[in-house]
Amino acid sequence: MAARKPTEKTLGESLRERGVSRRGFLKFCAATASMMALPPSMAPAIAAALEKAKRPSVIWLSFQECTGCTESLTRSHAPTLEDLILDVISLDYHHTLQAAAGDAAEHAREEAMAANPGEYLVIVDGSIPGPKANPGFSTVAGHSNYAMLMETVENAAAVIAVGSCATFGGLPAANPNPTGAMSVMDLVKNKPVINVSGCPPIPMVITGVIAHYLTFGRLPELDAYNRPMAFYGQSIHDRCYRRPFYDRGLFAKTFDDEGARLGWCLYELGCKGPTTYNACATMRWNDGTSWPVEAGHPCLGCSEPKFWDAGGFYNAVSVPTSASGMNVLAAGVLGAVVGGAVAVSAKKQTKAEVAHRQPVTVEELEAKL
Amino acid sequence: MSLLDQIPVVVESGSVVPEADPHPQGYGNAEPVLHEVRHALARLISTGETTKIDLKAMPFGPGDLEHLLSVLGTGEVQASIDALGPTRVQETAIPGVWLVDYLNSEAHRLALHLEIATVPEILCPQPQDLNDAIAALDARLNPDQSDPPLAS
Repeated sequence: MAARKPTEKTLGESLRERGVSRRGFLKFCAATASMMALPPSMAPAIAAALEKAKRPSVIWLSFQECTGCTESLTRSHAPTLEDLILDVISLDYHHTLQAAAGDAAEHAREEAMAANPGEYLVIVDGSIPGPKANPGFSTVAGHSNYAMLMETVENAAAVIAVGSCATFGGLPAANPNPTGAMSVMDLVKNKPVINVSGCPPIPMVITGVIAHYLTFGRLPELDAYNRPMAFYGQSIHDRCYRRPFYDRGLFAKTFDDEGARLGWCLYELGCKGPTTYNACATMRWNDGTSWPVEAGHPCLGCSEPKFWDAGGFYNAVSVPTSASGMNVLAAGVLGAVVGGAVAVSAKKQTKAEVAHRQPVTVEELEAKL
Repeated sequence: MSLLDQIPVVVESGSVVPEADPHPQGYGNAEPVLHEVRHALARLISTGETTKIDLKAMPFGPGDLEHLLSVLGTGEVQASIDALGPTRVQETAIPGVWLVDYLNSEAHRLALHLEIATVPEILCPQPQDLNDAIAALDARLNPDQSDPPLAS
């Protein structure tokens, strides 16, 4: 993968050369609008913007991760990975996907940085042993993850952290965090950082964020955790097709009872939907086939900070009691229903508060409605 | 052949209905969309404003989409577009309400829209293509001339 100048061709010119008609382009934009969680009526505006868009150079860095995020991306259907690489972005470095290895691979990264100063995007998956950690815990081509990250972002336009490891530390940062794992936003302070959380993130959310940057030439609106509002603006609970059962107080008590068979709400089985912000309920997985709740399993809350240390996956949603004695339950319930409040209040939680998590009963929850 | 197909798999769900059932049940999430369609139809009639509804963005449970499409029914017009893979356009039994199914070349669904309009947008020629139409036809009428005459 040789680095290319981003100003070579517009996306419209590139597609036209490949024989894509304007009607086909409009169709591509209809799919792109759906992918970006925008109304379909935006398709003509997206077409006009993409027609003139230039392909940004993208450098993908993989650190302490399981490759699940890359696996997720390669299962993106709209657009496909091939479309994304060929038409939407110029993926100049990704040591899992690229054919080159060794010096040639590292030179591709350096060439992309030199050819596009201030304009290239850096995508990171995986957490990073912090500056105080032993640099040998995780290295690429003999460079510590920390050194490679800081060198690469120095002249980047923005950084997109993909997956729960890069956004919040993820499983490597789980207690007792032996490698001193840190998130990208813990380390990068002088560049815009967009967090695309999830373990892994929905593939079309990854491509949607890139497409948004390409289409509008700027970063999307972000929430309190630097996540794009278009995808993380509503809770799983708010968009769940089982929500009518929750509202009627109909809950599955076990995974094989009558309620489970009838598709009732999974709240009592530990569903973290009320405190989890993600787009699973509408975008679904595997080309829109299904998603965890539709498969009969409660949401784990994988797109939220510290979900890995937040207690059992099968305990009913809990919220911490604050040291001040304020009834955080009320804030939690309101946030679950109205949306947004939990995300903001949760950011202020301390480890001590997490240690005091208490289960919320269905009766308490309903009493607050 | 692997032995996997010998494993008896039973799919159970409270919303599963027999295929022959003309009235699938669903989770009740199709009804609000049907009312949205009704409002969109009223707008189309009174102001000519068209509406597109992204069905993939709806929090549908098993059976909801089938219920929605069952209520809307199948109309007289079908069209197929071959551009970046097939796109299937189907008029529903409600005039002015179209189902537009965008597929890629591998038959994966890219988007599924309900479009409330007299003619779905994807069927119309694009304005830029219309601008080039006369020049393109002139070039075919005068294949020996390298520079086609100016359009008039």
